[in-house]
Amino acid sequence: MAQKPRVAIFDFTGCEGCELNQLNFEDQLLDILAHVDIVEWREAMDDRAEEYDIAFVEGSLSTPDCIKRINEVRRKAKVLVALGACAVQGGINGVKNTHPIEEVREEVYGDDKYLFPTLPALPISAAVKVDYNVRGCPMTQIEFLKVFTALVMGKEPIEPTQSVCVECKLNENECVYSKGMICLGPVTRAGCNAHCTNVGQYCTGCRGLVPEPNLAGMREILVEHGLSVDEAWKRLQLYNANELEGLSL
Amino acid sequence: MSMNLDINVKHLTRVEGHGNIVVNMKEGVLEKAELAIVEAPRYFEAMLKGRSFHEAAIITSRICGICSLGHQMCSLQATEAALGLEISKQTRLLRKLLTHGATLQSNVLHAYFLAAPDLLGVGSVFPLVGSHPDVVLRALRMKRLANDIGDVVSGRAVHPITPVPGGFTRIPTEKELLGLKTKLVEEMVPDFLATVETLKALAGAIPSFTRETEFISLRRDDEYALYDGDICSSDTGTIGIEEYRKMTNEFVVSHSTSKHCKANRSSYMVGALARWNNNHDKLNDAALNAAKELGLEPGCCNPYMNTIAQVVEAGYCALDSVAIIDELLSDGLKNEKANQEPTRFGTGVGSTEVPRGILYHEYTYDRQARIVKANCIIPTGQNLANIDDDMKKLVPEIIEESKEDITLKLEMLVRAYDPCISCSVHMLDVDFVE
Repeated sequence: MAQKPRVAIFDFTGCEGCELNQLNFEDQLLDILAHVDIVEWREAMDDRAEEYDIAFVEGSLSTPDCIKRINEVRRKAKVLVALGACAVQGGINGVKNTHPIEEVREEVYGDDKYLFPTLPALPISAAVKVDYNVRGCPMTQIEFLKVFTALVMGKEPIEPTQSVCVECKLNENECVYSKGMICLGPVTRAGCNAHCTNVGQYCTGCRGLVPEPNLAGMREILVEHGLSVDEAWKRLQLYNANELEGLSL
Repeated sequence: MSMNLDINVKHLTRVEGHGNIVVNMKEGVLEKAELAIVEAPRYFEAMLKGRSFHEAAIITSRICGICSLGHQMCSLQATEAALGLEISKQTRLLRKLLTHGATLQSNVLHAYFLAAPDLLGVGSVFPLVGSHPDVVLRALRMKRLANDIGDVVSGRAVHPITPVPGGFTRIPTEKELLGLKTKLVEEMVPDFLATVETLKALAGAIPSFTRETEFISLRRDDEYALYDGDICSSDTGTIGIEEYRKMTNEFVVSHSTSKHCKANRSSYMVGALARWNNNHDKLNDAALNAAKELGLEPGCCNPYMNTIAQVVEAGYCALDSVAIIDELLSDGLKNEKANQEPTRFGTGVGSTEVPRGILYHEYTYDRQARIVKANCIIPTGQNLANIDDDMKKLVPEIIEESKEDITLKLEMLVRAYDPCISCSVHMLDVDFVE
């Protein structure tokens, strides 16, 4: 029998919620462990490894040290998977890129602002090749299991391209717009089974934009429902500041 | 046991976030003993400025995946105080239940997955899957059930969805709550008792070290304070949460991207041990019995015992969750809409006990209910000065031991605080000009 794939997990700038979600597969964790060897995972174990078949990477790149480390990870990894919004599209960290960097640093550290180097928050793909994505904030668990299973079985994971509205409609939810709330579902990539709108919240756009977002169409819906286009743009930027560069609503 | 010692643990494992331990002794004189925080700063203030009150809790829960529920609770309290939004009794009970679930989940995760490997002399929980499968399965069951509370009541345990300013977007059903209750009574309680037995056998491996310090936590007269309360110091007594800055006094140090804090001494401790020392009189029998079994006494000044205090609290949370569910059901669940009509626009403070200690959020809103100023003070940031002070006392006391043993004891010390380094380097502070 072939050797089990060696898996390593790394965290960059982020909240480590995606990694935590991996420990939260209580029902599947032992099955997962039966099919792979975890060779490096700082949050859970002491070991460090020299090479691995699959590297899961969480978080954005936001310091010079991050850039150095991600190159090191890519060099040792056969396959690299970005986990969660911060790694895939820069996520919530990207909001800082919409403000002048000098201002951001001064607000937090005052006169000590040059003690700690910082860069604009970037997705992993800005520095190295990313083979697959698991999207969401936190990463969508069902999608992780799909990608994980595909990789272990030597198959190609498929990334959804339709919008969250498709899944939301299939679940027969009342449209969030008809409740008088802004919703980012029309331009956000599906794959979460419309988890937030299923429980009465609006879609916050955490899974990133669909490949060709119909922003003009979304603007029409906003205007039709008397909702603020400026506010909707701000909410879109929350997870997607990098992807929205050069676009407008 | 030489007079010279040079320890540098880069990216300490089995803690949340990135930290290094640096200890330096030359000819018997301790030159440096500190936990250097190297987590990348995240600058949350940039995300909050100008943001709608609907987004504040969504954004701040992303400070930390492990404490996301606590950040959300604290954020909602601050927003509601600033905008004058009253919440119902049912909302407070549901939030308390969520807080119990998150505390239980995090305390179990820390005790079994992050701290226990040290007591058993292994590098992670994974070897235990083979050697102690029943213990690992029990830990997973407890974690799963604690997370079920989050999934059922808030839509998702990590980065909860349904808690919003003024209430919830969805109220759990009676059937869902009864399902949780059954599992708590039939699975969690026996698993908790077994946990106490397991830990009792390992407790001998907990280092004996004491250092008197100030303990700060929330306190309430009517219950063990986790979701809300007043600020209580073991040195100076109780004050309102609006006065939190008197207790925190943040300052920047060059070896840490997280700011440090102090109150009445050079450092203070927050977290399960602080809560135990300040509020043990409010615990239920399950917790008090566990404390007795595990040798945890009031006024305990051994920081390594923080892990034990976490386990004691897990027992409290499990049983009290059942009591909360009973109260919700006997009151009758109401399908309430969240109260989101502001009655004022100003500044508000929220404070919650998250697993690692007392957390503060403060926001100021403009008349469009958008944030103009925000400040957030995180437990791990508050503990950093205390950890440094512990290391400075501990190293000379164990200097005769091998370098490996000293390193292990230092790592165990830092892990005992269950530090959440992402949190502490959230960088949410916006300078308040007052």
